[in-house]
Amino acid sequence: MRPTEKQRSEDSTRAVARSRALLDRTVLVPALRDAIRKFNPVNQVRNPVMFVVLVGSFISLIEAVAHPGTFTWSITVWLFLTVLFANFAEAMAEGRGKAQADTLRKMRTDTAARRLLADGAEERVSAAELQRGDLVVCEPGDVIPSDGEIVEGIASVDESAITGESAPVIRESGGDRSAVTGGTKVLSDKIVVRITAERGQTFVDRMIALVEGANRQKTPNEIALTILLAVLTIVFIPVVVTLVPFAHYANSTVSVVVLVALLVCLIPTTIGALLSAIGIAGMDRLVQRNVLAMSGRAVEAAGDVQTLLLDKTGTITLGNRMAAAFHPVDGHDEYDVADVAQLASLADETPEGRSIVVLAKNRYDLRERPLDGEHTFVPFSATTRMSGLDLGGRSIRKGAGESVKRWVVQRGGSVPVDLDAIVERVSREGATPLVVADGTEILGVVELKDVVKLGIREKFDEMRRMGIRTIMITGDNPITAAAIAQEAGVDDFLAEATPEAKMALIKEQQRGGRLVAMTGDGTNDAPALAQADVGVAMNSGTSAAKEAGNMVDLDSNPTKLVDIVEIGKQLLITRGSLTTFSIANDVAKYFAIIPALFAATYPQLNALNVMHLHSPQSAVLSAVIFNALVIVALIPLALRGVRYRASGSASLLRRNVLIYGVGGVIVPFVFIKLIDLALVALHAY
Amino acid sequence: MGFFLTLVALVVTLAVTWRYLGSYMAAVFAGRVHFFAFVERPLYRLLGTDPTREQSWRRYGAAMIVFSGVSLVFTYAILRLQGSLPLNPQHLGAVSPALSFNTAVSFVTNTNWQNYAGETTMSYFSQIGALTVQQFVSPAVGIAVALVVVRGFSRRNAKTVGNFWVDITRCALYILLPVAFAFGLVFVAEGAVQTLGGPVNIHDVLNGVTQTIARGPIAFMESIKQFGTNGGGALNANSAAPFENPTGLTNFLSIYLLLAIPVALTYTFGKMVGSVRHGIALLSVMVLLFGALVGLTSYAEHQNNPAVAAAGVPSSIGNTEGKEVRFGDTSSALFAVASTSTSTGSSNSSYDSFTPLGGLGLLTGMMMGEVTPGGAGSGLYTLLLYAIIAVFIGGLMIGRTPEYLGKKIQSREVKLSGLGALVMPVVVLVLTALAVSLAAGRAGPLNAGPHGFTEILYSLTSQGNNNGSAMAGLSGNSPFYNVVGAIAMLLGRFAIIIPALALGGSLAAKDVVPESLGTFRTDNAMFVGLTVAVVVIIGGLTFFPAVSLGPVVEQLSHGRFFP
Repeated sequence: MRPTEKQRSEDSTRAVARSRALLDRTVLVPALRDAIRKFNPVNQVRNPVMFVVLVGSFISLIEAVAHPGTFTWSITVWLFLTVLFANFAEAMAEGRGKAQADTLRKMRTDTAARRLLADGAEERVSAAELQRGDLVVCEPGDVIPSDGEIVEGIASVDESAITGESAPVIRESGGDRSAVTGGTKVLSDKIVVRITAERGQTFVDRMIALVEGANRQKTPNEIALTILLAVLTIVFIPVVVTLVPFAHYANSTVSVVVLVALLVCLIPTTIGALLSAIGIAGMDRLVQRNVLAMSGRAVEAAGDVQTLLLDKTGTITLGNRMAAAFHPVDGHDEYDVADVAQLASLADETPEGRSIVVLAKNRYDLRERPLDGEHTFVPFSATTRMSGLDLGGRSIRKGAGESVKRWVVQRGGSVPVDLDAIVERVSREGATPLVVADGTEILGVVELKDVVKLGIREKFDEMRRMGIRTIMITGDNPITAAAIAQEAGVDDFLAEATPEAKMALIKEQQRGGRLVAMTGDGTNDAPALAQADVGVAMNSGTSAAKEAGNMVDLDSNPTKLVDIVEIGKQLLITRGSLTTFSIANDVAKYFAIIPALFAATYPQLNALNVMHLHSPQSAVLSAVIFNALVIVALIPLALRGVRYRASGSASLLRRNVLIYGVGGVIVPFVFIKLIDLALVALHAY
Repeated sequence: MGFFLTLVALVVTLAVTWRYLGSYMAAVFAGRVHFFAFVERPLYRLLGTDPTREQSWRRYGAAMIVFSGVSLVFTYAILRLQGSLPLNPQHLGAVSPALSFNTAVSFVTNTNWQNYAGETTMSYFSQIGALTVQQFVSPAVGIAVALVVVRGFSRRNAKTVGNFWVDITRCALYILLPVAFAFGLVFVAEGAVQTLGGPVNIHDVLNGVTQTIARGPIAFMESIKQFGTNGGGALNANSAAPFENPTGLTNFLSIYLLLAIPVALTYTFGKMVGSVRHGIALLSVMVLLFGALVGLTSYAEHQNNPAVAAAGVPSSIGNTEGKEVRFGDTSSALFAVASTSTSTGSSNSSYDSFTPLGGLGLLTGMMMGEVTPGGAGSGLYTLLLYAIIAVFIGGLMIGRTPEYLGKKIQSREVKLSGLGALVMPVVVLVLTALAVSLAAGRAGPLNAGPHGFTEILYSLTSQGNNNGSAMAGLSGNSPFYNVVGAIAMLLGRFAIIIPALALGGSLAAKDVVPESLGTFRTDNAMFVGLTVAVVVIIGGLTFFPAVSLGPVVEQLSHGRFFP
């Protein structure tokens, strides 16, 4: 790859995947513009809380025009600013997505495709003209014109444009690695691709729509919360409007501007202003972790997941078995076994072979030695089921127990009496025994173990604290599975799993009312992915799997399911916490505005002015300013999400109630007082 | 009995009642109690209902509406026709249409707001056949609705929520009738009057005046008046009258009886949903708020009246105006809080004479939606509406689609709970605004200034919450207040019942999500705290501006009179 190309590829990678600074200038400026554009009532009516604020602002404006004064104008301006800040929050959240979409859109620039005709000839067409089912040819340097499946050939493909991973991946026809994504680049070899998505339907198109929030639909919990906020808005309208006749009865009048100010302060504007930003930012956080959720509903469901189905290989274990111990037989010592096993593995480039060399070095400081003299490597084959080395007159082998035994006996050797017992013990513990022989002598057994990923046990403990059950899925026999399950700390396992058994397990969990999440990549995973409430397909997987799941992980990292669950939870927690904060704020606002409202008629009520605000007007204005500024102050929190640490529900709730509930009562008392002091210092009042 | 002794006795007796009446009610609703089967079965035949056939929430609600509608017409007709009906020794004429309507609505909705003096308005036939009958069936309706919501939690994937006719029949037959009968006997034994003999005239030779002593079928009305959280007595002075409430024991029993069902229903709830802890959690919400109100009101009533003190009268016995000397300030406050916090509305003192702060305590009990512990059934279902909102917000805060007793709280549940919680403040505030704006409404209150405002606000809060207690300063028997009050009572009752029934239906149809460590616990102190907060916010925050113009200003004026 030429440096310039590499450079460009890395730039785009960063643009898609990196987490943006909160106050990125490229986002900030357009967001301000959008915030003003969002004053459009059609836009506002979708958000009942902010719509009421907008209507209130106009009523206040009319009053300010009819009875001009510093106070009425100040209130009016701050009410409009409240709406503006809400718009700005939404525009910021969308802006971050838009910036990502622009980068993606560059990838979609019209590429030419080489369409294969029925007679075998090729024609050059624009990528936009491709139909489903068309066959196209791609050679090194070509950009794959659209999503498809390789029907012929094998190639290494640079998928960094969408995954951010610069190492090329292998894609080949047939099997689970046949899907290619439009916009990625072929680096080597020639492939024939059958197009599976037309322009506008491709993966990149969907990704663009997603990050832009183009067809963002409200998620179930968001709808429920919007209803609650609407209720809390509706209930305060009569509360405020009835004050007019109540005041009249007390031979007093109340200013319309102050009433509007009171209403705006009482309805849950903080959460109302930030609600959609929270939702957009939640999706954005997933995108930043290279996960594409096909719907917000799936993200929310992730927070509710109670059962995680995890494939053993690649998720729980490293995927390769590793040498863990040397067991000598027949009077030999461990050193002999290690020595011979290392020799047998020196040329073995498989991960298992490498791990034997590493273990021998770690245990007995056996360095890799240069092989002098004549030697030939004997590679592993399915028929012999052994591999090894012929060095001078020595023949060294390692392999499956039965095969090595047969090999030794054929050469006139004998099988040590204690071998079978050791082989059996190793198998029973869930590991794989490799028998090591030197000529006619069997020296011992290498124990290959499935190595559980570092830190995975802690992850599962965390899950358990969150109330999530983890179930390991494996094709291994029950004994092996049980041993690994025990070591990894999963709650349960499904051994000798078939697609049917997997499906049955999901259905059984769902019948019990649990939401199930799983990852998968193969075509035979597709039904289970579709059945699961959260089905995360690996980007490296087949297009069938990607179609069936409701999320795609671009990094193809099954462990990320855990992150997805956390993001889902964080999304709900942020909404809940800001709702609590918003409602709790009302207490202080009452104490600011109510005494001010009736100061002329009932000066006694000044006893409620516990903040000792300077004057009725400064009190009302301070409350309105606080109400507006708190939106701006909480935008970063809304975009980043409330900090989430995996813990039991009780401690989590205690923490959030304390910060956002109790804090929500106290904070406005402090800041309204400070704003009031500032207004006085500025001689505004 | 001293105030604290009364409190201790109440706690002990209610604890026992909670456990045993609670489990007995659960048994009754499960159909395990049969001793009146010989009445029950023919009754079902008469009603034309098959007791084994259950109804969907819609049919259940329709049956409830039909039943209440028939009750309304029936009660109205008796009051209008009482001149031609028997048991009318005073030869009282027909009750006026507006008052008959208001009274019929009042008793059908379990409110028992009385814009009349019983002894000079109602014949004994009306007292027994119209009013007392409703005192038995209207709490049964309330309990039936609560039952539907509870079944919503206890059932899974169910299309039906019970049979309305069976529920109210069992409730009346096995719970209300036997208990009211037994305690009626105690009231009679203690000296409450029970006669159809008509009033007696007594000539006081010494003073040369003739006095008419009102009597009537009082004692048995008294026990169901309290036990059914009704509150409407036979006499105008209600429980302050010695013929209704003759002794310290009957006074204690009155407080006990009006708290018994609302308190015990939390045990029934726990039993039916399979977790008594959940019942205890709801009970804790009730007890905390109730305790705060008792504390506030009895403290306030124990203070001297600043106006009396300012007039130079030494007073160290608390605010005694309008209180029975035999009950005293704090015990009267306890009765008043219990009565206003249970949607009963009976009174053994004049609430109009309470200190502003004490009156605020009574108002608050109602403004929080009558959930501390609220009326028979209505307390439980209203509290469950609030609990669902608390669960929703709390559930979000731990990052899960909220669940209550394994039932997911989704937009439909939030909508119905929000609607149910929204109705009362809107009805009360809008109708109060109407009353203070119209001449007909402004003519009602006895006092001017904030206290007059409080009188209007109190009357509509009382009716909008189906409480029925009156501040006594308001002349309510006007066409305006009769009609507006009836509207408040109807909306305050049925506009909450319908969403509550729909909620029960919606919950019953849901599957149960198994509990895990990540579930929001709904049986611990945190849940109790959150629910208390929601109740206080709905009641407190929505009424804060209004009460600040009434009792708050009055209290801060330290006894100053407003012209």
